[in-house]
Amino acid sequence: MKPLAVSHYTLVTALGHGRDATLAALRDGRTGLAPRPFETAQVETWLGVVEQADSIALSAELASFDCRNNRLAELGLRADGFGHAARAAAARWGAHRVGVFLGTSTSGILQTEVAYRERDASSGALPAWLHYGHTHNTYSVSAYVRAALGLRGPAHVVSTACSSSAKVFAAAARMIEAGIVDAAVVGGVDSLCMTTLYGFASLELLSPQICRPWDTERNGLSLGEAAAFALLERQCDVPRAWLLGAGESSDGHHMSSPHPQGAGAAQAMRAALGQAGLQPGDVDYLNLHGTGTPGNDAAEDLAVCAVFGDELPCSSTKGHTGHTLGAAGGVEAAISMLALAHGVIPAGLNVRTPDPALKAKYMRESRQHEMRVVASNSFGFGGSNACLIFGEAA
Amino acid sequence: MTAVRVIGVGLLGPGLPDWATAQALLREPAAWQREATVIPTPARLPPAERRRASNVVKASIAVADQALSACGLAASALPTVFTSSTGDPLNCHLLCEALATAERMVSPTRFTNSVHNAAAGYWHIAAQSRQPSTSLAAFDASFAAGLLEAAVQVLSTQAPVLLVACDVPYPQPLHALRPLDDVMAVAMVLAPAASAGRSLHIEVTHDDAPITRCADSAFEALRTGLPAARALPLLHALMAGAAGTVVLEGLPGSALAVQVS
Repeated sequence: MKPLAVSHYTLVTALGHGRDATLAALRDGRTGLAPRPFETAQVETWLGVVEQADSIALSAELASFDCRNNRLAELGLRADGFGHAARAAAARWGAHRVGVFLGTSTSGILQTEVAYRERDASSGALPAWLHYGHTHNTYSVSAYVRAALGLRGPAHVVSTACSSSAKVFAAAARMIEAGIVDAAVVGGVDSLCMTTLYGFASLELLSPQICRPWDTERNGLSLGEAAAFALLERQCDVPRAWLLGAGESSDGHHMSSPHPQGAGAAQAMRAALGQAGLQPGDVDYLNLHGTGTPGNDAAEDLAVCAVFGDELPCSSTKGHTGHTLGAAGGVEAAISMLALAHGVIPAGLNVRTPDPALKAKYMRESRQHEMRVVASNSFGFGGSNACLIFGEAA
Repeated sequence: MTAVRVIGVGLLGPGLPDWATAQALLREPAAWQREATVIPTPARLPPAERRRASNVVKASIAVADQALSACGLAASALPTVFTSSTGDPLNCHLLCEALATAERMVSPTRFTNSVHNAAAGYWHIAAQSRQPSTSLAAFDASFAAGLLEAAVQVLSTQAPVLLVACDVPYPQPLHALRPLDDVMAVAMVLAPAASAGRSLHIEVTHDDAPITRCADSAFEALRTGLPAARALPLLHALMAGAAGTVVLEGLPGSALAVQVS
């Protein structure tokens, strides 16, 4: 594919708001995870919570969108002036020429979860305050962002579990290539809810401790929440990075377990390299999906080594942010671009004993390292795989 | 403007068991008896997945199989675009019910099936396909969003893509907030412009061109009754065999103008 300019990007995670706060945490090896309560959940686990998602107010005219997920989206739009940059793109290209393609897995379902506790005792009806379409429905975050930014172009939500907000980069690149739009707001937003907390616990994939990707005693993931946005433009004078390739594949194997040899994951990485016209040796750092479940890390390790060999520096940053599910692809795209821009390879946190069975070159300390090309993996339930490749701005 | 060909169609809806029957009924709407959608159990699914598959999975696979048999392409060879406003509503309701109890006992299968891309996941397992797949949502514009995405993918890869749109109604109490009429699913295999088949020229419009409605009032009620049925005017044009332009409902302020020839 023709390299596509990333003119702006930002993220809000448990590490903080915006690029600088994130970069500082990555350099310091600081985690945003903590053993703490969330809402009414009675689950022993560590969480990556964005505190202000409780308290920020949406504008009065968009109040019907009010829910944790859209409040998180609003925090993302305010970080690093992202909303201003997107409005400037709309002024430049025309509001109808800017698309909105965002990923989420659970959208604003927390609203409905709470509403189900308040059903009318006799009729079973839900409380009147629940606005299903603007909160719970899977599309609501793109509807909110489109409305908040005054954009009029094509929009959708990609919801392919934990690859969602990586795949939107591929969708937007195709839309721009086809001339449907000139620019696109992409990224992902996912917020903590009972569905994922109790759901991952039921699958025994939620760790009671902090997640430890690539550790020999890793026993599950830690959940987080996040908003991450990037602005992709057909043309840009001062890009912050280039999207060079976006590879996608399916496992076709199992709904909740990866292909044991990582065959689908490897196919996505090869597809991304093919699109970018790069050789495996051209990539300087890989941000792993690295959830910290025994099976996921083992399958990804095999896939990474099959494609890149065992000398490519790589790490999972889920020990910093937690697994932000449908936002993870966007969060880790932003982290990868930060790493690229500042020459920082982030450490994979919380490793006490590296798993000797995993052969990839996993980085346990952050390191200054000049880079030209970075890649980011995102894999999800349903066997959905994506790999993004970014190049330096120069 | 984006030009692609339609080389296979599948349809399942109320009183509409398949695309062949639906074509005859679209031609002669008076003969259509609207009855609850009958969802076949797909033979394609392995037994373990068949037990776990919900209505949205089964209906999606049924129409995908129809569209594939019409064009003779192998399921394993096709990238897919799934689109749905709601995903699996019964599963969602049962999860929310379980989470509203003191015990909060969630079944692992129920959680796994709660992902919006469940239909895509089951399809790719059944088809033994490692081809790329995406799963979209755009509320009432979900069909138009899926059609645009699939057409743009065909343009980008110059290879056929399978589009599957499916909506399933919520049980109460969510039904009161999002009333969808019945189960409907539509599949299309789109192929590059050089292929044989009906041609679609797709354009995103931003004027106030009126949305194309179904001439028959019963079909018009179906069209507005659930997002996947927003495809009916396009299906009618494909059936009629005549050239014409249909305007499909898009997001507020936009629509998809599809010139069929």
